[in-house]
Amino acid sequence: MTETSTLHTLAARAGAATPPALAARVRGLSDRAIAWLFITPTVLLLLAINVFPLIWTVRLSFTNYRANRPDAPLRWLGLDNYTRILGDPDVWYAMQATAHFVVWSITLQVLLGFGLALLINRRFRGHGFWTTLILLPMMLSPAVVGNFWTFLFQPQTGLFNHVVAFVTGIDPGSFQMIGDVRLAPWAIVLVDTWMWTPYVMLICLAGLRSIPDDIYEAAEVDRAGPLRRFWSITLPMVLPFLMLAVLFRGIENFRMFDMVNLLTSGGPGSTTEVASITLKREAFEKWRTGYSSAFAVILFVTVFGLANIYVKALNAVRQR
Amino acid sequence: MAKAVTWMCGAAALALSAGAAQPALAQSKSLTLCWAAWDPANALVQLSKDFTTATGIGMKFEFVPWTSYADRFLNELNSKGKLCDLIIGDSQWIGGAAENGHYVKLNEFFEREGISMDDFMPATVVGYSQWPKNTPNYWALPAMGDAIGWTYRKDWFSRPEIRAAFRDKHGRDLEPPKTWTELKEVASFFQGREIDGKRVYGAYIYTERGSEGITMGVTNALYAHGFKYQDPDKPYAMDGFVNSPDAVKGLEAYKDLYKCCTAPGMTNAYMQEGLDAFKSGQVAMQMNFFAFFPGLHKDPNVGGDRIGFFVNPMETARGTQLGGQGISVVAYSDNRDEALQYIKWFAQPDVQKKWWALGGYSCHTAVLNDPDFPASAPFAADFLQSMSMVVDFWAEPSYASLLLDMQKRMHDYVVADKGTAKEALDLLIKDWTVVFEDDGKL
Amino acid sequence: MSAPASAPGTWGTRLAALAVILYAVVTIAPLLWIVQTGFKTPSDAIAYPPKVFAEPSLEGYVNLFTTRSRQTEEYIAGLPPPDSWVERLVRSRNMVIAGPSKVGERFVNSLIVGFGSTFLAVFLGTLAAYAFSRFRVPLKDDLMFFILSTRMMPPIAVAIPIYLMYRELGLTDTHLGMILLYTAVNVSLAVWLLKGFIDEIPREYEEAALIDGYSRLAAFRKVVLPQAATGIAATAIFCLIFAWNEYAFAVLLTSGEAQTMPPFIPFIIGEGGQDWPAVAAATTLFLIPIVVFTVLLRKHLLRGITFGAVRR
Repeated sequence: MTETSTLHTLAARAGAATPPALAARVRGLSDRAIAWLFITPTVLLLLAINVFPLIWTVRLSFTNYRANRPDAPLRWLGLDNYTRILGDPDVWYAMQATAHFVVWSITLQVLLGFGLALLINRRFRGHGFWTTLILLPMMLSPAVVGNFWTFLFQPQTGLFNHVVAFVTGIDPGSFQMIGDVRLAPWAIVLVDTWMWTPYVMLICLAGLRSIPDDIYEAAEVDRAGPLRRFWSITLPMVLPFLMLAVLFRGIENFRMFDMVNLLTSGGPGSTTEVASITLKREAFEKWRTGYSSAFAVILFVTVFGLANIYVKALNAVRQR
Repeated sequence: MAKAVTWMCGAAALALSAGAAQPALAQSKSLTLCWAAWDPANALVQLSKDFTTATGIGMKFEFVPWTSYADRFLNELNSKGKLCDLIIGDSQWIGGAAENGHYVKLNEFFEREGISMDDFMPATVVGYSQWPKNTPNYWALPAMGDAIGWTYRKDWFSRPEIRAAFRDKHGRDLEPPKTWTELKEVASFFQGREIDGKRVYGAYIYTERGSEGITMGVTNALYAHGFKYQDPDKPYAMDGFVNSPDAVKGLEAYKDLYKCCTAPGMTNAYMQEGLDAFKSGQVAMQMNFFAFFPGLHKDPNVGGDRIGFFVNPMETARGTQLGGQGISVVAYSDNRDEALQYIKWFAQPDVQKKWWALGGYSCHTAVLNDPDFPASAPFAADFLQSMSMVVDFWAEPSYASLLLDMQKRMHDYVVADKGTAKEALDLLIKDWTVVFEDDGKL
Repeated sequence: MSAPASAPGTWGTRLAALAVILYAVVTIAPLLWIVQTGFKTPSDAIAYPPKVFAEPSLEGYVNLFTTRSRQTEEYIAGLPPPDSWVERLVRSRNMVIAGPSKVGERFVNSLIVGFGSTFLAVFLGTLAAYAFSRFRVPLKDDLMFFILSTRMMPPIAVAIPIYLMYRELGLTDTHLGMILLYTAVNVSLAVWLLKGFIDEIPREYEEAALIDGYSRLAAFRKVVLPQAATGIAATAIFCLIFAWNEYAFAVLLTSGEAQTMPPFIPFIIGEGGQDWPAVAAATTLFLIPIVVFTVLLRKHLLRGITFGAVRR
């Protein structure tokens, strides 16, 4: 089947979904009307499922509402929820855990991903096949990944512990990636890095391939050494791409929930309780809806603010 | 790529039509019963076949693992879901479920059908059925009596060489411990010992973080040392009770036991991990719910005369954690009459006797007050004794908040080594105070 | 660190190849281990030390698809002889098959929700992308940014009201509810990706069609859509992968009727804790479509993961 005929089928289906009377009317419409007709459904859906809930979240954040007690009297609390959250040491602890996770996972992914991209960019034979293999982890469901890494991290029987034991010679039962307070924050960093390094790699690779060969040739003429070429050509040219990758990963990891929830569920104690897990507990286990709405607003504003500052920096780099 | 489009459209159309066809399927009369996935649930499936035979109403079951049981079913109730017609909900849910109208109030139904709560063991009626506590307002029929108890390897405890070694070390006979001090001694005696060429560990205790595990474990040590949730004369006054010197000692005892005498890697373990550890011959003693004891007693490797049971040791007080559940009708169910019919059937003394025979812990006096009951199973007498000294966690409508606070503080102290026992309990009072203030109770 | 033009035979390139292959092997090993665990017996799966070579067994798959109940040996001895290898395998563990497990239903739910939401998101996305690409829409940039920002919003920021809204509307635990939700999440990606694809189709084609007397809509259907086929397919796969993998909303809003695979897989338990071979079997079956799609998509992957910001 050719592409064209397939698309005819698709178009026919789409056409069939429109009642004939409407279709006839649509056919006579102006471009402007068609534009609105095409855009409105999407915008309405987003208003209903994103904007309206967001406004509702903000409203709830000023109340003592509890979703498990809808009939309880509603009180207007003003900014109480916000001051309580910002004054709660446990919330700050969760923010620290989140920061540790975000900073280290992204640092490792950038180093590894950029390194891999440089290597793959040498286009050895079969690099396409190996690249596809490397890409696999990032396509998987984070929840399923978190779940099966608990199996790999098991102290006596897990593959990970035995590989480490094989390489270093220590006893595979002597360390617990998930159960140990010192190791657990690194366990989530490690799994995230395993999963998302290919993402950074792919974007960096695009950056490397965007560099025209003649720049390097010019540098060759100037007798610039490999290190010099890296610092003055490769890195600056790839930087905008790299920063874009960091932006996307940063937003994703700041709101990380599923992988960490299934891997450590925040434990041991609250060592790996990142902000989203705290929020989920407050909202859907303790059912403090108003309080957690305020927390959600704070997180949202934080992500939005940081992302905006970052995008400004990104644009500055691009214009250079 | 082109093929993918055709295929995708076809599949999407199929998927949508299947979606539309779905509701039509749920036609024939059947009830869905929700509970946790564990041994007694399988026994209930077996038992319920009699109900289907008697009434023609089919039974479907939705069992989820303990670690997600509360999370998932409380979510289901709070979202007014229709998945469950009948629910065997945990004892602590009763306050919230009653006040928020998730359960059908059963008083009228009991009266009409001549079901009397006097026919059930008083501790179970208070624990599983009443809200407010100690008032005649019933929201469930006691279905499954349960408490925390202990199992031990009777065969190891009776070996002469082990007994001699214990006597040498402690100057007394090796017996199932009566106090937490003895418990620790026995556990550390077994810790790291070679038995039949295998390294074994002293005790298995709860440390699970996500749902309720570590709380269900720690409270046994706390109760045994004289911990109280509140001032008996002044409700919700917790300072000096939750963090009393006795309570601090209890919490320290639990951490000591965890640090000295458990298998490595048990940092997030609940019922199933304990069963695994015990069944595979790794531990000498195991803390777990009585619900599992019939299954353990039947186990081909560690059951029979290799297993013994004991009630939670005391230190300065008696107490053990209440488990167990009542069966309730979900208010959002479309099959209320059939669901009530099931409860009526389940409450009959004959059904209750069969329930116990299949491995469920009946709460009915026709079963428990039978003079043959204590001898009917090696753990039956311990069960009766435990049920006479049970203490439950808060059953307040805000129990989930209270529980999660305790999970966090206990896990932080016991497993993650944060702060001291006194600090952990002080922080717990602070957390709980906030919850009660929010509820307007303080 | 030199230009990519180095010849394929140099030592540097060989070393690079070796390093990449080493990384690929290390990164893929956990996945292979999971796939292999699906073919182990439960005791081999948690053997100490781990068994690299174990007697292959289908017990994980059998356990995944059935519910079983433990019976006494006498009871099993009294049954008529087993009529299949499945039955025989189960009985050798002193159990009998009580019925099918719920995995089939959950898998079908994943298909319904995945394909339903993908179809809707791509349908809406194609329309909107065409409009943004070809017409002068007032506030176009603002609207496009608004659409993108909905995707960047932490799901937690809207999860609470969505939960309340679904409860009031009776959409909790329904296919329709999940399809609408995933459509809303995916439509932003669809609009951005498809706008990029449609931008690349020269306007001249349509203009020629318009001159030939086609209406605008006919030109869209007969000229633009066929040209955008590859882009639409790639976008559809991206949407499908998201819906297929999503966990947080699924766990919050579904319990039985509409529950998809991701919240189901981690809680497959056997008699003693998690039944790892069954979990591994479920994971394997769940991952196969993703592996196929990754291979199909590899040329468009970059575009998909950056919302079309990076195209080549």
